[in-house]
Amino acid sequence: MLDAMIYALPFLMKGLWVTVLVSVLTVSISLCAGVLLGCGLVYGPLPLRLLVRLFSDTIRGIPILVLIFFVYYGFPAIGVDFAAFWAAVTALTLFKTAQVIEYLRGAVQSIPKGQTEAGMAIGLTFRERLTSVIFPQALRRFLPPWINGVTDAVKGSALVSLLGVTDLMHSINQVIGRTYEALPLYILGALIYFVINYTLSLLSRRLERRFSFTQA
Amino acid sequence: MTEPLLSIRGLRKSFGTTEVLKSIDLNVERGEVVSVIGPSGSGKTTLLRCVNFLESYEGGSIKIDGVEVGFAEGRRRRGERSLARMRAETGMVFQSFNLFPHLTAADNVMLGLRKVRGKSRDEARAIAEKWLDRVGLSQKADALPAELSGGQQQRVGIARAVAMEPKILLLDEITSALDPELVGEVLEVVRGLAAEGMTMLMVTHEIAFARDAADRIVFMFDGTVAAEGPPTELLAQVDDHPRLAAFLARFRASHF
Repeated sequence: MLDAMIYALPFLMKGLWVTVLVSVLTVSISLCAGVLLGCGLVYGPLPLRLLVRLFSDTIRGIPILVLIFFVYYGFPAIGVDFAAFWAAVTALTLFKTAQVIEYLRGAVQSIPKGQTEAGMAIGLTFRERLTSVIFPQALRRFLPPWINGVTDAVKGSALVSLLGVTDLMHSINQVIGRTYEALPLYILGALIYFVINYTLSLLSRRLERRFSFTQA
Repeated sequence: MTEPLLSIRGLRKSFGTTEVLKSIDLNVERGEVVSVIGPSGSGKTTLLRCVNFLESYEGGSIKIDGVEVGFAEGRRRRGERSLARMRAETGMVFQSFNLFPHLTAADNVMLGLRKVRGKSRDEARAIAEKWLDRVGLSQKADALPAELSGGQQQRVGIARAVAMEPKILLLDEITSALDPELVGEVLEVVRGLAAEGMTMLMVTHEIAFARDAADRIVFMFDGTVAAEGPPTELLAQVDDHPRLAAFLARFRASHF
């Protein structure tokens, strides 16, 4: 069994790299887009709020697998033709962005109104209130669900194998196709995913401690 | 005759269909301490919040030093920057303190000095320390709000407001959220500021304090100024003001 694992490892490395790349792209793009759109949802003018709300509710109402197939097989019909890799990244990013929007909204709206008013009273502008008063406080409420979402993104990235993108999951299946030894390979794959995500969890706990302060 | 520092004319404000301020006229002179008392729902807090435009209003005008607070020419609402600059001229202390919980006492005081007054870190720190010392909290400069008692938090709140050197200080029931034994230390600070000539408009439930510390008491009832005058005069002539008499009677009944 160990032999099978050791034999497979070199073949999985390239896949692992793709998995990491997909995850990093998804997480970083969705973080930027989600924070911007989330601010739009909380502070924007009504039409923008409605648009973001519509986007978020629609995306979150669709299974992620359907979304992936939709982007890959559906978008070419409207003239947007992605390679499998980019179609997968786009779909996963859309999905994650909708989540980040909701994390941000929840975190920002959990800050009491008195904080905004205290910021106004000393003469801070909207932007200054966000950066000095609201965001630093919202961060510690944003972090736990977001980091949870990062591990979800790593796990969810396995779905890209269904478009034929050779990520960790897909390389595992390729090796199994040659050796017909499923169990050791799936154990190995599970182990690799677990190590990545467990590391992230440990990291997140440290981050949370770093950004926690006792609330009045 | 010099213009009053704060001049409120015909102020009207509604929440939905409920009219909470019905044409209020009120002046506060430089260095004057004015206490606003009245039953809950009479519009005291709303009046105060209109003065630094935390609440907008439908009619009338509020001028500080002759400048309209919330609106520019032609009753256009001021833009974000201009409004922020106007607000920096008024200090406000809140009933529930509203300290920034992620910042130490000193950083709470320094934030406005740094961002709004453009002070350097060292200058701001020096000013913050001076004011924290004034409110008796020099030992607590680096404590987070959660590590302070209610009375201490409120004194930081006062330091945060006065450090900006506002033209007028607005105090919104600043002792209502405090345990009775902590009220004294906060009122002591306010008394000191009054003695130094800080102009103040304060909503309070501490009738005794209003009587001692204020130059003038304004009694609000149902969105109007029902009576006003120097404390001793006003409280001596309650018989001329049946509503004030009723308010004070109920107040005494519930407090003694």
